[in-house]
Amino acid sequence: MIEVNDIYKSFGDAHVLKGISTVFDKGKTNLVIGQSGSGKTVFLKCLLGLFSPDKGTISHDGRIYSQLSTKEQRNLRQDMGMVFQGSALFDSMTVEGNVMFPLEMFTKQSHSEMQDRADFVLKRVNLIDAHKKYPSEISGGMQKRVAIARAIVMNPTYLFCDEPNSGLDPRTAIIIDNLIQEITKEYDITTVVNTHDMNSVMEIGEKIVFLKNGIKEWEGTKDEIFKTDNEAVTNFVYSSELFKKVKQMYIEERD
Amino acid sequence: MNYLASIGSYAIMIKEVFKKPTKWSIMKSLILKEIDELIFGSLGILIFISFFIGGVVAIQTALNITSELIPKNLVGFATRQSIILEFAPTFCSIIMAGKVGSYITSSIGTMRVTEQIDALDVMGVNALNYLVFPKIIALLLYPFIIAISMYVGIFGGWFAGVFGGFSTSADFVEGVQLDFIPFHVTYAFIKTLVFAFVLATIPSFHGFYMKGGALEVGKAATTSFVWTSVVIIILNYILTQLLLG
Repeated sequence: MIEVNDIYKSFGDAHVLKGISTVFDKGKTNLVIGQSGSGKTVFLKCLLGLFSPDKGTISHDGRIYSQLSTKEQRNLRQDMGMVFQGSALFDSMTVEGNVMFPLEMFTKQSHSEMQDRADFVLKRVNLIDAHKKYPSEISGGMQKRVAIARAIVMNPTYLFCDEPNSGLDPRTAIIIDNLIQEITKEYDITTVVNTHDMNSVMEIGEKIVFLKNGIKEWEGTKDEIFKTDNEAVTNFVYSSELFKKVKQMYIEERD
Repeated sequence: MNYLASIGSYAIMIKEVFKKPTKWSIMKSLILKEIDELIFGSLGILIFISFFIGGVVAIQTALNITSELIPKNLVGFATRQSIILEFAPTFCSIIMAGKVGSYITSSIGTMRVTEQIDALDVMGVNALNYLVFPKIIALLLYPFIIAISMYVGIFGGWFAGVFGGFSTSADFVEGVQLDFIPFHVTYAFIKTLVFAFVLATIPSFHGFYMKGGALEVGKAATTSFVWTSVVIIILNYILTQLLLG
């Protein structure tokens, strides 16, 4: 569980986060949504410890990040898996090398043990026969799967995903979304996903936090988001014609 | 003020590079990879340039000897002094600032742009140690290629001098051996080691702390070349004053 308590973050005169408080539960796929520039990525980087909030605290299962020593912070980070927007795979390493990297860095396992573990997680994300390929030789969807495999190879307690399905076709995006949700349930981890994709919200959003201009404008579940009267949320959710039609159908069905 | 802030950030970076070392089994392979890339990968261009610069120094010296009173062995002597004291350690380092420096800045800068450095940070890896330390260790072998550059440069001078008809082989070799001061080689290697550290760290600094996208990677590589060259030239002056002055 991650508890965020009244955090603020500014860069010079730009006040990016303005007093955000929320709780992300274990075993749930928590979504942070909002328009571009709403502060989602900065918020996620604060959860990861890459940025320190100017004010407020973030607690990972009772451990307040800012109060930990550097060594404790590094140890906590080894409990975190992160899937970056652009996958952030090491382009000088093969798929297998990327997945084995955290194991090589932080465990004393033998090479064959590490290979077995890498095989296991690559199979888990449905990637077979790509072990020896380089990131530039595989598709965007496959890169995302490798990034997920690398994020879960150390059995993390927390999984963070920054717009995991951006740049993917709708079908692959749904596959990636479902994979994230399955892994969250299977490993009982706390997952936080940054997205502005409403399809993701409908697919996997168990808890949704809506940010607008650095403020938490709304939070709730995926069922509640389609019923809320909050104007900012409805403007965001129903910005596409498709979702306007979904809403219309919902109203007609209800009436 | 910006310059002062950059110097401060550079000092902090150097401190971080030596903190929380990466596992030796991984570091070993990173160092070997960097030796291959930075040292052996630069050997060809340095040999090529050294040979021809040595030849040009010999020809220029010979063409400027107009008086019969000046001994013919001056061609060999001047070539040796120029190559050992300045060309090999300093001029080669400026060339390396372009070749190795821009490679280091652009490779680390691309890692920054594509969030690969963030990925290392998130995993709890000391990214500066992982990326910069192997380059510093690899460039400890830099004097090795500078020694080759000295040898090839003097050989280039001999080749141009003898086969161009500017000097006899005996005169040239006599000049090369004339009044040889071994400390000059030590001085050259001390400079080379200092420049090696500069070559590894300043381009890394510009790559690691860059912001933006692909265009900024290119700009960072250019800035890194300029600053590495400027620092090498200034340090060359200071070291020459300290060691020979």
